[in-house]
Amino acid sequence: MKHFFTILNHEIRILLVSPSTYIAAVVFLSVMGFIFTMMMDIYSAAAQETTPAVIFFQYFWVPVLVMVPLLTMKSIAEERRLGTLETLLTTPVSTVEVVLGKYFAAYFLYISLWASTGGFFYILHRFARDARFIDLGPLAGGYAFIAISGLLFVAIGIAASAISRNQAVAALFSGAALLALIVGSNFLPNVELLHNDVMRPIKTVIDYAQVFQHLADFSHGVVDTRQVLFYLSGTVLALIFSIFSVEVKLLHS
Amino acid sequence: MPEDPTPPPAIEVKNLVKSYAGVAAVSDVSFTVKPGEIIGFLGPNGAGKSTTMRILTGFLPATSGIVNLCGVPVASNPDAIKRLIGYMPENNPLPEDMRVTEYLYYRGRLKEVPRRKLSARIDEVLELCDLKRVRHRIIGKLSKGFRQRVGIAEAVLAEPPVIIMDEPTIGLDPHQILIVRDLIASLRGRMTVLISSHILPEIEVTCDRVVIINQGRIVASGTPNELRREILGHCAYKLELAGEVAALAVALAQVETTLVITSQSEADDAGFRTFHLTTERDDPLGEELLRVLSSDPRFRLRGLAQERPSLEDVFLAATRRTWEMVDTPAKR
Repeated sequence: MKHFFTILNHEIRILLVSPSTYIAAVVFLSVMGFIFTMMMDIYSAAAQETTPAVIFFQYFWVPVLVMVPLLTMKSIAEERRLGTLETLLTTPVSTVEVVLGKYFAAYFLYISLWASTGGFFYILHRFARDARFIDLGPLAGGYAFIAISGLLFVAIGIAASAISRNQAVAALFSGAALLALIVGSNFLPNVELLHNDVMRPIKTVIDYAQVFQHLADFSHGVVDTRQVLFYLSGTVLALIFSIFSVEVKLLHS
Repeated sequence: MPEDPTPPPAIEVKNLVKSYAGVAAVSDVSFTVKPGEIIGFLGPNGAGKSTTMRILTGFLPATSGIVNLCGVPVASNPDAIKRLIGYMPENNPLPEDMRVTEYLYYRGRLKEVPRRKLSARIDEVLELCDLKRVRHRIIGKLSKGFRQRVGIAEAVLAEPPVIIMDEPTIGLDPHQILIVRDLIASLRGRMTVLISSHILPEIEVTCDRVVIINQGRIVASGTPNELRREILGHCAYKLELAGEVAALAVALAQVETTLVITSQSEADDAGFRTFHLTTERDDPLGEELLRVLSSDPRFRLRGLAQERPSLEDVFLAATRRTWEMVDTPAKR
């Protein structure tokens, strides 16, 4: 594993010089900024029950669906298409180091972009004389949720890039997978079929995988280790899948 | 235990087979390369050159056979093998967004060149490949010749004992081919080099030995001279003569019984024809032929030369022979 940091540094630098990262950043910050502004409008019109932080994070899925594919689509798919994956894998590095290096580089950028939204709350804090607007609990919970769920989302993006040769396919695939996970799992419990007694085990699994429920719990300060485990195990699974995809595609190239 | 004085062969391939879904891309290939040699790997497109090279680097697993690099088996120690090789794949893929020095630094770190030595080594390699002018330029903006030299620079960066290059001179203009040729020749003795190419005159000049592969099988292997003798099996002469053809045939038979006219051209305005002769005798017949034909009043001799068949002729003859022998691709 001694080449991991070399690869990590390199991947972060490559992400910082590629245009798609900045497109992702601009889209992300403009969408979240817009949402924040709209939220401020609502708050200034009438008093609300929950603090801004809670509502702000409820829209997390909008930029995630755009940003994660943009950050991860190039990672392995482009190298495979250009042929540089071959030159990379004929050096004394292992596929594990390569996949983990790319993964952590993408995750680092994801976290940095989300951390920059802290600026919105800082501006709010500076200009609103009212201390009730900044509630540190939900804010910390919200960011913790982003950090932990981000592990899984970025891993899904990397897995999608690992199985295709084309950036666009990787982006669409990860976008669709993330949509299914985040939004789809929200609507799945309402399916009639699952109300049957026979389907009870499946229903408990689906109830467990409710991403919005996780967000709500984190925002209320409830850090449930089962939910943390959901993300961690999902991440590990997605990364193992990516490593195997890279190796299997070599065997059959 | 007494040390074995002879070092192990740099590359040793025995009965290598690689098949994809029933079709054998490489079947029963065996060859050995001594340390410090430069070996040329020739073959038509689709012959199995790139596949064999990929197997040598440990990138692709073989179906069966033995491959040893500097005595280390490739199949069981892929990690150790990657520290012994420098590889430049076909079409030389390079990251477009990095600068030359940045790229070389990254590759040097990946190949475990110590940090202290790395900058000095990069300077050496830039000097060797004449890249000093473009060291800070972005790779995507370089011309083809520079890109190939960056690829070669990267391959020799860590000073590996074995260097494998797949078509290093493809797409280069004659000046650039000359530069690359000299570069590769300068590595002789220090590193073992295996290059594949279609540019036969280059292979003839640069390589110590040549291996010709066709349809996954080795067709011929040896020094260019050995191959000429083995494949074409004869010496050839070119004659510019005016006179009767039948009489010429008789006269030639008197000089040497195996001397035959293989082709003759139309007579030009002055009546001279160009004849191509072949003989099985190895030693030069030029002097005797000249004496006999110029003293004979029936003939007017204008030119006589021994034709040295080029590697291209050897290659075409060798590969044509296999295509006649093997009609369908080998099934396994």
